[in-house]
Amino acid sequence: MLPRNVVGDTWLVFSRVMLPVLRNPVAVVFGIAQPLLYLGLFGPLLGDSGWQWFVPGLLVQMVLFGTAYAGFSLLPEVRTGVMERLRVTPVSRVALLVGRVGKDVVLLVVQSLLIVLAAMLFGFRATAGQVLLGLGLVALLGIAIGSVSYAIALKVKLEYVFASVLSASIVPLMLLSGVLLPMSNGPRWLYWLSRINPLAHVVDAERSIFDAGSALLGLISVAVLVLVGVFYGVRTFNEESA
Amino acid sequence: MIKARGLARRFTTRTGPVDAVRGVDIDVAEGELVGFLGPNGAGKSTTLRMLTTLLRPTAGEAVIAGHDLLTDPAGVRRNIGYVGQKNGAGQDQGVADELEFQARFYGLSRHDARRKVADLLERFDLRGLEKRGVVTLSGGQQRRLDIAMGVLHDPRLLFLDEPSTALDPQSRRNLWDHVKQLKADGVTVFLTTHYLDEADFLSDRLLVIDHGSIVAEGSPDELKHRVSGDLVVLGTPQASIVASKFQNAVVEGEQVSFRIPNGDRALPGLLRDLDDIGVELHSVQVHRPTLDDVFLTMTGRSLREEARAA
Repeated sequence: MLPRNVVGDTWLVFSRVMLPVLRNPVAVVFGIAQPLLYLGLFGPLLGDSGWQWFVPGLLVQMVLFGTAYAGFSLLPEVRTGVMERLRVTPVSRVALLVGRVGKDVVLLVVQSLLIVLAAMLFGFRATAGQVLLGLGLVALLGIAIGSVSYAIALKVKLEYVFASVLSASIVPLMLLSGVLLPMSNGPRWLYWLSRINPLAHVVDAERSIFDAGSALLGLISVAVLVLVGVFYGVRTFNEESA
Repeated sequence: MIKARGLARRFTTRTGPVDAVRGVDIDVAEGELVGFLGPNGAGKSTTLRMLTTLLRPTAGEAVIAGHDLLTDPAGVRRNIGYVGQKNGAGQDQGVADELEFQARFYGLSRHDARRKVADLLERFDLRGLEKRGVVTLSGGQQRRLDIAMGVLHDPRLLFLDEPSTALDPQSRRNLWDHVKQLKADGVTVFLTTHYLDEADFLSDRLLVIDHGSIVAEGSPDELKHRVSGDLVVLGTPQASIVASKFQNAVVEGEQVSFRIPNGDRALPGLLRDLDDIGVELHSVQVHRPTLDDVFLTMTGRSLREEARAA
C-alpha cells in the first residue's frame, strides 16, 4: 500500500493531545514551578557572575525533570482502550509517537522561554539569537528524551514501575551532567564519569551558546541522542503495534 | 469476510511457552453476525487481537475484509471497525473532538468529518453531549461513543470485544438494539462474549473456543439440540418412586430432575402416568437446554461459573 501521510497524521495526533493542554493552560505555568524555585532559591548561591553558567544548565535540567516524565501521559491511554482504538485505525504508527513528542517539545520550549525571561530579571543576559539557539538545543534534547520516555512507558505499562525506572535513571544523569556544580571541581574519576554522560556535553554546549566556548561535542551528542532516541521510540511503537 | 487458517499465538512466559490459541480456522460470511464464545482465558481476546492487527500471529494466515492480515495489515485496518473491551475515548477529551479526530484518522476531510460526527451523535443518542468531557459520561454513554467511533468510517466488518461488560441491563439492551441495527444495515459483525444470553440473542452462528481451540460451531439452536433433551424438574414427596422410572434421574430432597426429548410434548402423558400410579406432584418445570448446558456438555465446565468468577 501507499505510505500514509505521516506528516498529516502527526499533525492530527499532535492536535489531539494538544487540545486538553490549550483548554487548561494553567498547567503549563505549574510546570515551571520547579525550575523557578531553582532559579530563585539556588541560583543566587552562585553569585552575580553565576547566572550565565547556571541558567543554561537549568534549561537542560528542565528536559530531564519535565519531558522525561512525558510517558506518564500515555499510561492512562494504554490502560483504557484509547491506544488500542488508535492502533486499529490506519493512522501511521510513527505519528502516534511523534505527534505526542511534538506536544511535549512545544510545552518545553514555551516553559524554557518563560524561565529565560524570568532569569533575565535576576541578571541573566542573552541576545535573541542566543535564546533561539539555546531553545533549539533544548528542543532537540526534548525530542530524544521524550521519545525514549514514551517507548519505556509503552513497555513497562505500570505507573509504579515507570516511576522507579525514571528516578533510577534521571538522578544519576542529572548529577553527572554538571547542572548544579562544575564537574571539574570533583575528583578525577567523577569528572571522567561525567564525560561519558552525553548530557554533560549537552550542558556544555548549552553554556557555550550563552557564553564563549565550543558547542561542537554537545551538538554531536545531541544529534546522536536524537537519532538513537527516535529510532528506539519508533521501533518500540511499531513492535507493540504488531 | 473473515477466512483464517491455522491462526495461532504462542506467548513466551517465565514458566515456558503458553499456546493461547492453537491454530484456529474461522470462516465468516458477509452479513453474518457471529458470536465467539468461551470462558476467560480460552483464547477469545487473543484471537480477536490477531484478527484486528493488534497482535501478530505466530502461525497461520488470514484474509480479513479482502486484505491479507500478514502482508497488508494497513489494508485490514482501513476496512474493519473495532470496539474494544475497554473505553476507547480519552478521558481528558471532548466527545465531539474524539469523534472528529477518529474520522480524520480514517482520512475524512475536516468538513466530511464534522458532517459525519453530527450524524453519529444523532444515531447513537449522544446529542447534547458533544461539548461534554468524556470523563463526565455515564457507562452506557461511553459505550455508545465507543461504538460510534468504531463504525464511523462505515466498515463492512465490525469486531466487538465483550461489548456489554459492566453495563447496566438497560444500556445492555440498548447496545443490543444498535448491534441488531448494524446487522440489518448489512454489516458483518464478529463479537466475543462470555454472556450466554447475549450470544443467544444476537448471534446467527456461534463459535465456542476452549483452551485455544474451537470446540463447537453452529447456530444457537443447533448447539442446544446437541444436548440430549429438555430438563424436567418435578416436586413430589415420593421423589424416589419417580426417580426409579427415569434414566439418570437426580433426586434432591423433594425434587427429581431428569432429561427427556421434547419435554413440552411428552409432559402431559408423563403426568397422567404418574397420576395413575398414585404419585402426588406439587410442582412441574420444563427447561429447554441453555447454551450453558451446551458448554457444560462440550467442555465439562460451566460458563456461568466462569462469568461469575470474572
